[in-house]
Amino acid sequence: MIKKTVSNVHEALEGVKDKMTFMLGGFGLCGIPENAIAELVSLEVKDITCISNNAGVDDFGLGLLLQKHQVKKMISSYVGENDEFERQMLSGELDVELTPQGTLAEKCRAAQSGFPAFYTPAGYGTEVAEGKETREFNGKMYVLEEAYKADFSFVKAWKGDEAGNLIFKGTARNFNPVMCGAAKITVAEVEELVPAGALNPNEIHVPGIFVQRIFQGKDYEKRIEQRTVRTKN
Amino acid sequence: MLDKTGIAKRIAKEVKDGYYVNLGIGIPTLVANYVREDISVEFQSENGVLGMGPFPMDGEEDADIINAGKQTITTLPGASFFDSATSFGMIRGKHVDLTILGAMEVSEEGDIANWKIPGKMVKGMGGAMDLVASAENIIVAMMHTNRAGESKLLKQCSLPLTGVGCVKKIITNLAVLEVTEKGFKLLERAPGVSVNEIIAATEGTLIIEGDVPEMSL
Repeated sequence: MIKKTVSNVHEALEGVKDKMTFMLGGFGLCGIPENAIAELVSLEVKDITCISNNAGVDDFGLGLLLQKHQVKKMISSYVGENDEFERQMLSGELDVELTPQGTLAEKCRAAQSGFPAFYTPAGYGTEVAEGKETREFNGKMYVLEEAYKADFSFVKAWKGDEAGNLIFKGTARNFNPVMCGAAKITVAEVEELVPAGALNPNEIHVPGIFVQRIFQGKDYEKRIEQRTVRTKN
Repeated sequence: MLDKTGIAKRIAKEVKDGYYVNLGIGIPTLVANYVREDISVEFQSENGVLGMGPFPMDGEEDADIINAGKQTITTLPGASFFDSATSFGMIRGKHVDLTILGAMEVSEEGDIANWKIPGKMVKGMGGAMDLVASAENIIVAMMHTNRAGESKLLKQCSLPLTGVGCVKKIITNLAVLEVTEKGFKLLERAPGVSVNEIIAATEGTLIIEGDVPEMSL
């Protein structure tokens, strides 16, 4: 067993510097690496590029990094819930690259799996395809999209073991698995860190080979963006 | 004229037995409430769940189980969770039978715009570009006109496009229309709405053949 555990978030983020590119898992506020984000805020790294499906809300998730003006460029598919983000984008302070959600996922997976690029039909005929190579296959047009290059991936899982194997819960899985192994260093934070052998190998979602550092996360807030419920009757 | 619930009820009739269905945010989300109970349908949400159920009971919500609108949800027996690449594999690979989404504008050639108003609103496309580029069966659910009373069914979209030549059917508060090579073909009128009212509210080419029936809900 190759041990991936580090003792805390400080150790997990060793080597993080200004101007780096980070992938951050999560959809909305669901399954985001809360501990890594808090540490990035306290490290005060500047001019960073973040690849993440969303940009958090004003006072939580990636919004915390935006508040401190640490982000130079944001690569996302949907950024609609964040006023500070919109202000920085419209003022030109923040560079924003909007990418179709499935393309964003696949650009991560391509990086994980060693593909330099792939063709997708998403965005053909729209401004997303401007300046990109297009090609016809079987009568349909496709756009060439390139794999991302990132320095760190920060992901959040439900359970993980010392070997870096991960299991996710519910829709908190989202982008986390495809970001593992898609950057030079993948840092996984987990709600429950267990010894090697405690997880059933049949039930692992991400094998530990894709994870370089794993640590026991703490104080998860797990904020709900749109609490929607039924009432009895 | 239909309200949003009425539009959802009419769209629910397009959902057939055995369909995997992706519902967009807004009116499309309501469709799940009106699908016939005697057919088997599974709802997909592109953030990574198949087999979505109703909203949870108060106190039973789970922050780790949400839909693409970031609302708390439940799952039904037979449900599954998966990562985002797998989710869009289902969509790109045409395994999802029906996609229902909203729009700001639709053109008579089936182009759709729903993600950006230059200088005003940039929320992003989310999964909409992937959905419209791959789905074979796309229904747009929207109001026939915008808040300023202008038609949303146009000869050409004025806003940045989400996809080209992809919309097949549009269900609005006034009508059911099919996108054909010659323009929007009027299939049904909403209850109490005349053909003339639909003509007045449609900027794109409208094809009217014979008597246009009133829709049943």
